[in-house]
Amino acid sequence: MSSDVPEAGDVADAEDVADTVDATDATVDEPEANDSAVEEAAKHVPSGAPPLRVEGLVKRFGGVTAVDGASFEVESGSLTGLIGPNGAGKSTTFNCITGVHEPTAGRVYFEGEDVTGLRPHEIARKGLVRTFQIARELSEMTVLENLMLAPQGQLGESAIRAVTPGLRGAVVAEETELRERAWETLEFFEIDHLAHEPAGNLSGGQRKLLEMARALMTDPEMVLLDEPLAGVNPTLQEKLLDRIHDLRADGYTFLLVEHDMDVIMSNCERVIVMYQGSVLAEGTGDEIRNDERVIEAYLGEDL
Amino acid sequence: MSAADSPDGDASGGDAADAPGGPEGDADAPESATAAVVEAARESDLGLVIGTLLAIYAAATLLTFTNGLNSVVGLMETLTFLGIVYALTALALNLQWGYTGLFNIGVAGFMAVGVYTMGMVVRSPDPAFGPPGLGLPLPVGIVAGTGMAALLGAVAALPALRLKADYLAIVTLGLSEIVRLSLQSSAFDSFLRDTIGAGTGGGRGMGMPDNPVRDLFLVDGQAGDPTALGDLVFGVFGPDGLGISQPILIGWGYIAVLAVFLVGFYLVLERLGRSPFGRTMKAIREDELVADSLGKDVNLVKIKVFVIGCALMGLAGILWFGSQGNVSPTPQFRPLLTFYVFIAVIIGGSGSNTGSVLGGIVFAAVLFEGPRRVGGTVRGLIDAETPPSFADAVATLDPVTFLAYATENIAPLQFVFLGLVLVFIIHRRPEGILGDRIETAAAVDLSERPAGGETDE
Repeated sequence: MSSDVPEAGDVADAEDVADTVDATDATVDEPEANDSAVEEAAKHVPSGAPPLRVEGLVKRFGGVTAVDGASFEVESGSLTGLIGPNGAGKSTTFNCITGVHEPTAGRVYFEGEDVTGLRPHEIARKGLVRTFQIARELSEMTVLENLMLAPQGQLGESAIRAVTPGLRGAVVAEETELRERAWETLEFFEIDHLAHEPAGNLSGGQRKLLEMARALMTDPEMVLLDEPLAGVNPTLQEKLLDRIHDLRADGYTFLLVEHDMDVIMSNCERVIVMYQGSVLAEGTGDEIRNDERVIEAYLGEDL
Repeated sequence: MSAADSPDGDASGGDAADAPGGPEGDADAPESATAAVVEAARESDLGLVIGTLLAIYAAATLLTFTNGLNSVVGLMETLTFLGIVYALTALALNLQWGYTGLFNIGVAGFMAVGVYTMGMVVRSPDPAFGPPGLGLPLPVGIVAGTGMAALLGAVAALPALRLKADYLAIVTLGLSEIVRLSLQSSAFDSFLRDTIGAGTGGGRGMGMPDNPVRDLFLVDGQAGDPTALGDLVFGVFGPDGLGISQPILIGWGYIAVLAVFLVGFYLVLERLGRSPFGRTMKAIREDELVADSLGKDVNLVKIKVFVIGCALMGLAGILWFGSQGNVSPTPQFRPLLTFYVFIAVIIGGSGSNTGSVLGGIVFAAVLFEGPRRVGGTVRGLIDAETPPSFADAVATLDPVTFLAYATENIAPLQFVFLGLVLVFIIHRRPEGILGDRIETAAAVDLSERPAGGETDE
C-alpha cells in the first residue's frame, strides 16, 4: 500500500528523470516538428516516449484534494482504461491533463513534451483531444457544422482570409475538402443521416457518437474519452466500441474513463485503477481483477 | 392568370379559395397568389428588405398624403435614414452578440468615440465656433474614428476574456458611460486642447464637418448655388418641379451613400459568418469550453470579434451622427441608444444578418418614429381640448378626450408601447423575425452532399 503513496523524494526523483527524458525527446521530436506533413505522419510514426505520462499530479480545490499524487503512463497505440469508484479523481485528472484545470503540483507530458498548465486549445493542437462525460454538442449548429468546426489550422479561421475577395478562393477550396472529410467521418460513425440536423435534436447516444466523430476530425494522436458509453443503449455501445477498436487499429491511442467494469475489463488491454486521488493499481484486466487492494477499494463489488 | 380565374372563383362563392383540395385547388386563387409572393419575398433577402421598406412607405404615405408630396417624401426620407443607421449598428452588434454571444451593452460609447474622433481630426484648427480640430481631410477622419473605436474595442475585450455574460455587460456599460462623461467634461476638453490641439467641446458638443454629399448638390456648403447635378435634380424634383424641398433631396442623396455602406457591412459580415471563423464564433456562443477543447484560440477570436464589431460601430456612429450637424454627449450617447440597437437586433432575430437589417428598419419606422407620427396625425384629427393631467383625462370619462390626451403625450407612452412590443416578442417569438432561419456557418453549401461521395456505403 505504502509504495503507492508518493513520497516527496519520489516526486523529486521522478521530476529529475522526467527532465532528462524531456531533453532527449526534444532532440528526437524536433525534426518531426519541422516536417510539413506532421498531421498525417505523426500518429503512425511511433515516437520513443509514451504518448501520455502523468507524474505526481495533485489538484486541490480549497481544502479538498481531488487528485493526490497520481502517476501513470499510457502506451502508444493502446486502449487504456481508467477506473475507480466515484470521487476517485478520474474526471479531475482528465481536466488537469487537458488544461481545463491547472494542476496544483505534478507534471503532464504528451509525447515527451511538458504540457502542464497549457490552455486547452494549445493541448488540443498538439494532438491530445478529449470528449466530455456529459456530451457537449454545439446544439444550435448542425451535425455537419459541428464536425467541420474541429479540423485544426483552417485557412478561413483568419477573419481577413474569410472576407477578402482574392483570398477567399483558397478558403472555399479547403472547405470543399473538409465537407467531404466530414461526410466520410459521419459515415464511419453511421450518423450521416443526421448531417443536417441541429445537434441539439440528437439522442443521448447519438451525441456521444457526434462527440467522438468531432474529436477525430481534429486529427488527433490520442483521444481521452470521458465515459463515452454512459447513457448509451447497448446496441449503440457496441457500435461505439467497434469504432474505437477500428481506430486503434489505425494507430490512435485511447484513454478511456468508464464506470462499467465489464466494458473496461473486456476491451482494455491495460487498466489503471484510481482510488482517493492516486493510482492504486495498474495492469492487465486479469491482474486488476485479482488485486487485493482493488477489491478492498471497491469493497465487495464484484469485479 | 389570377385575373382570369378570380371572377369565376367569386361567382362560385369563393369555394376555390376556401377548399384548396378541390378540383380547382391548383388554380391561382387570389389568396395563394399573395402567399406565393410573400413566400418568394421571404426566400430572397433583398426582396424581404425591399418589401418591408415598401410597406413602411405605404404607411407613411397614408399618414401624410393630405399635406402634399413634400411631406410624404420627407417622412420617407426620415424613416429610411433612421432605418439604415439602425440597421448598420444592429449589424455590428449582431456580430458580437448574435454570432459570438458577447454581451456588449456599450454600443453608444463606441459610436461616440468614432464620431468624436472623426470630428476632432477633421475640424478646422481655428474654427469660428466650437473646439479646434486637427484640420485633416475627411477620409483621414473617418479612418481615424473607426480605428479609435476599434482600439477601444480591443481594450474592452480584455475583461471580456475573463468575464461571463452579465459581468461583461456591466463592464461595457460602464465603459460607455465613462466615454460619455469624459466627452462631456470641460476638464477633459481643455486637456485635449492643450495636448493634441483638438477639443471635444465638452457639454456643448461640437459641430460636424460639412457633409460631402451636400457639396455634390450645392457649391460650397450651406446655402450656395446648385452645382450641375444640383440643378438637374432640383429642376426635376425641387420646388420648380415636383415641389420637394432641397434638404430632403440632399437627404436622399446621403441615403444613397448610406445604402452603399449598408451593402458593404452586410457583405463583410455575411462572409465572416459563412466561414470557419464564423463557425468558431458560433461555437464560442454555444459552448466556450468545447471550442477551446477543439483547439480554437477562444480569447483571440473574442478579441478579433470585439475589434471588428466596435470598428463597425464607430463607423456607423460617424455615418449616423456625423451627418447630424452637431453632436453632444448627452442626450445623444446615453445608454438608451444602446438599448434601442439591442431591440432592433432582437426584433430581427439575433444571429441573422438579414434579420438585423430588417430589425433596424422595422424598429426605426414602427417603434421609434412611428408612434410619434401616428400620434401627431391622430391628434390633428381630434377636435377636443387636451386635459391638463392624466387624472383629468380619465375623469372626463370621454374616450375622445382621453385619446386627445394620449396622442398629445405620445412620447412617454411610446416607451410603454416599446415595452409591450418587447414583452410580446420575447413571449411569442423570442427568435425574432428571422431567428428561425439557419445561417450556415461554412464557406460552401452544406445543404447537399456533393455527388461522388455516396459510393462509400
